[in-house]
Amino acid sequence: MKQKKPLLLLSTSPFLKQREDTTYIMWQVVYAMIPILVAAVYYFGISALLVTTACVAGTLLTEWVFTRDTIKDGSALITGILLALTLPPGIQLWMAFLGGVVSIALGKLIFGGIGYNIFNPALVGRAFVQSAFPVAITTWAPQSNLSDFFQVKGANFTFPFFKSNVDVVTTATPLAKMKFEGLTTHTMDLLIGNTAGSLGETCGIVILLAGLYLAFRKMLNWRIPVSIFGTVFIFSVILNLISPGVYPSSIFQIFSGGMMLGAVFMATDMVTSPITQKGCWIFGIGIGFLVVVIRLFGGLPEGVMYSILLMNGATPLINRMTQPKIYGAHK
Amino acid sequence: MSASAMIEKVKTFRHGIHPAEFKDYTKNLPIERIPFTNEYVLPLSQHLGGPSRAVVKPGDKVYRGQLIAEASGFVSATLHASVTGKVKAIESRNHPSGNLVKSIIIERDPYSPQTLHNERKIDWEKISPKEALREIQMGGFVGLGGAAFPTHVKLAVPPGKKARFFIINAAECEPYLTTDHRMMLEQADSMLLGIRISMKILGAEKAYIGIETNKPDAIEYLRQVIPSDMACEVAPVQTKYPQGAEKMLITAILKRDVPSGKLPIDAEVVVHNVGTLVGIGDLFKHGKPLIERVVTITGPGIHRPANLMIPLGMKLNQVLDYCGGLKENTRQLLFGGPMMGAPQSFLDVPIMKGTSGIVALTDKEVFPRKERACIRCSRCIDACPVFLNPSRLGSFARVKRYEEMMDFHLMDCIECASCSYVCPSSIPLVQRFRVAKGMLREKQARERAGKKS
Repeated sequence: MKQKKPLLLLSTSPFLKQREDTTYIMWQVVYAMIPILVAAVYYFGISALLVTTACVAGTLLTEWVFTRDTIKDGSALITGILLALTLPPGIQLWMAFLGGVVSIALGKLIFGGIGYNIFNPALVGRAFVQSAFPVAITTWAPQSNLSDFFQVKGANFTFPFFKSNVDVVTTATPLAKMKFEGLTTHTMDLLIGNTAGSLGETCGIVILLAGLYLAFRKMLNWRIPVSIFGTVFIFSVILNLISPGVYPSSIFQIFSGGMMLGAVFMATDMVTSPITQKGCWIFGIGIGFLVVVIRLFGGLPEGVMYSILLMNGATPLINRMTQPKIYGAHK
Repeated sequence: MSASAMIEKVKTFRHGIHPAEFKDYTKNLPIERIPFTNEYVLPLSQHLGGPSRAVVKPGDKVYRGQLIAEASGFVSATLHASVTGKVKAIESRNHPSGNLVKSIIIERDPYSPQTLHNERKIDWEKISPKEALREIQMGGFVGLGGAAFPTHVKLAVPPGKKARFFIINAAECEPYLTTDHRMMLEQADSMLLGIRISMKILGAEKAYIGIETNKPDAIEYLRQVIPSDMACEVAPVQTKYPQGAEKMLITAILKRDVPSGKLPIDAEVVVHNVGTLVGIGDLFKHGKPLIERVVTITGPGIHRPANLMIPLGMKLNQVLDYCGGLKENTRQLLFGGPMMGAPQSFLDVPIMKGTSGIVALTDKEVFPRKERACIRCSRCIDACPVFLNPSRLGSFARVKRYEEMMDFHLMDCIECASCSYVCPSSIPLVQRFRVAKGMLREKQARERAGKKS
C-alpha cells in the first residue's frame, strides 16, 4: 500500500500535557472574584463599579504599554480587581487609577514581569495609595444597600491633585471602632458584610465561598488561609485568656477588615507565596502572627497588608529553608 | 469482595499524576502474529550497555533463533536471527535513537517454514541456578518494559547482597500501551514459569505481581491461575503515573525506599517486566531466545490499532501498513508511550527489543505551546514522585547552571516527565533535565579521562 508520508514532528517526551495553563488558572481566579464584586456593587452602588474600572484601567494600560504579550493571561486584570477590592468606595478615581499603574509598574514589571515579582502587585499598589493619600484611603462611606444605587459615594470625581470640596457622609470601619472607641461589631453583620469598609472587606461569607471553590479546583493552596486563620484564632484566644475583656474575640479578628480577602486572595498569590508545602504553613503562621501584633499593638487599626508584604519578602528564604526531602535520602 | 476491602488493598506511592489512559483502543484486542516480511534490520545496539559483536558475515545462511551476535561484555546482550534467511549485509542503518547504527540485515528465505532453530525443552528443575542464568544470558534477554537493560545482570545478585523479594512490574502506567495487560491474560502460564525460574535464580522468598487497578480482569484471572504452592501474590496498585517506575512500584508494594543513588537490590528487591518473564518462560519451554515481542500499535493516528507479536527487526512502515497505515493528520509517531517514549521521523527504523508500543498522535493532540515564566504554582513539586523541586531545577537549567543542579539532586530525577505534564506555563522541565544530566555526565567523563592521561 502506497500512501503519502505524513509530516512528522520531532520533539522530546512527554507528548501528553495537562490542559490547564497559566491563563486558565488566572481566569478561574477572575471568575471567583465576580461574586465579591457583585456584593461590593450591592453594598456601595455605582461607586464600587467606578473604582474597580479605574483600577483595572490602570493595571491593564500599564501592562499594555510595557509588555504586550502577557496582557491576555489575565494576571493584570486580577491585580486591578484585587487592588479595587482593598480601596474604600469613596476614593478619588484618579488615585485608584494611579494605584493600578503603580501596582503593575513597580509591583510587577520592574522585577521582570509575571513570575519574577517578590511582592504581591495589588498590595504594592495599595501600600502606595495608603502612603500617598492617607486621608482618602481612610474615608469610609456608609453602605447604601441598593437604595440609592446611582448616588456616588464621596469624592469619586474629584479632579486630580485638587482638594475635594464634596461634603461626604463618613463612618468608621469595625476595626477602627474597635481600636479607637473599643466598640465591637456584631458577628453576623461582619459575615454578611453589613459594615463599612473597603469594597472587598465587607462580605466575608462570599469571599470564603469563592476561596473554597478555588481550593477545590486546586487553584489556590488551602494551607495558606487555613494556617493564617488558625494562627489568628489561637493567638487571639491566648491573649483573651491572659487578660479577658481587653482584646477583641478571635471570631471578630478573623471576619473583620481585610483578613478574609487577604488570606484567601492576596496571601495565596502563587508567585509571591512559598512553593513548598511546609513553606506555606510557615508563611501562613507568620502572616497570622503579624496581623494580630499589628492590629492590637501597632498604631494602625489594620495590619493584613503589611503582614503579607513582609512575609512576601521572607518567601525566598522560606523556600530555601524548606526544600523537599528527596526519595530514598540517606538518613 | 466489598468495595472498602478493595480500596484498602490498593497500594501506591506519594505524588504522581493522573493522565487520561487511552487504553480502550487495544485493551480488548487479542495478540495477533504479524505475517513475515522480506527484510529484517537487527541493530547491534538495542539494549543498555556495550553493543553486541556480530558472529556472522554477509552471505551466511542463518536460521530463526540462531545466534548472530555475541555480547561484548557482562553488561551487554546476545542477538539472534528473527527469521530464517541469508545475511544480506552488515552496515549502518537508521536506528530509532535517530543515529545510524551498525546492523545485521537479514533477507528472509521465502521457502522456509520459519520453524525454530534447535527447538528444545530445558528442564529448569534439574539444572542449577547458575546454569539457568547462563541460559537467560545466552537467550539475549533484556527488560522489555522499555529501558532494555540486560536481564541476566539484574538476576545476578552481587556477593554480599540478597534478593528477598521479586516484583513483577505489570503496572503498565504509560497511557495507550496494553502489551503487559494482554500478555497476562493470554500467556500467564509462560509468565508464571518465568517467575518460578527467576525466583530460583535469585533465591527470593516471595514474589509480587504489581498490577494497576485499571486491569481488573488481569488481577482476577491471575489470582485464579497462580498455583497454591507458589509464593506469589497479586498486588493491586493504584492507577497513577509513574506507578510502573521501578522505585515507585517497590515503595508501593513493599513500603520501603531504594536508597538514593543505589539500585533496587540494595533494598533486597529485583524487579522485572511481564514481557521479560513471558520470554524467559518461553525460553525454557521451547528454547526460544528473544527474537520477537508484543507491541501495541495504537493512537488516534492509526487506522486499525492492534496488539501484535512482531519479529525483531521488522521495519516500522511494514508494521504500520499491516495496521492500515497512518492517518494523514498524524503529527507525531512514537516508540514507547507518550510520557517517556521517543519520537520517530524515519519510517524504515526497525522494531527493537525495547519497543513496547508504537503510538501515533494527530494534530488534535500535538500542538505547540509557548513557554511562559514560572508562576511557582508548585504543581511540579506535588507531582514529582522522587520529591525533587523541579521549579528550582528548571530555573537553573534555563540559564545552564548545571553544576548547581547537582546540589538539588538532579541525578535522582527518574525522568518520568510528570513535572512537564503538569506545568501550566509549559516549561520543558524534564527535557532540560535530560540535557543537564547529559552535559554533567560528559563533563565527568572528560575529567576522568583527563586524570588518566
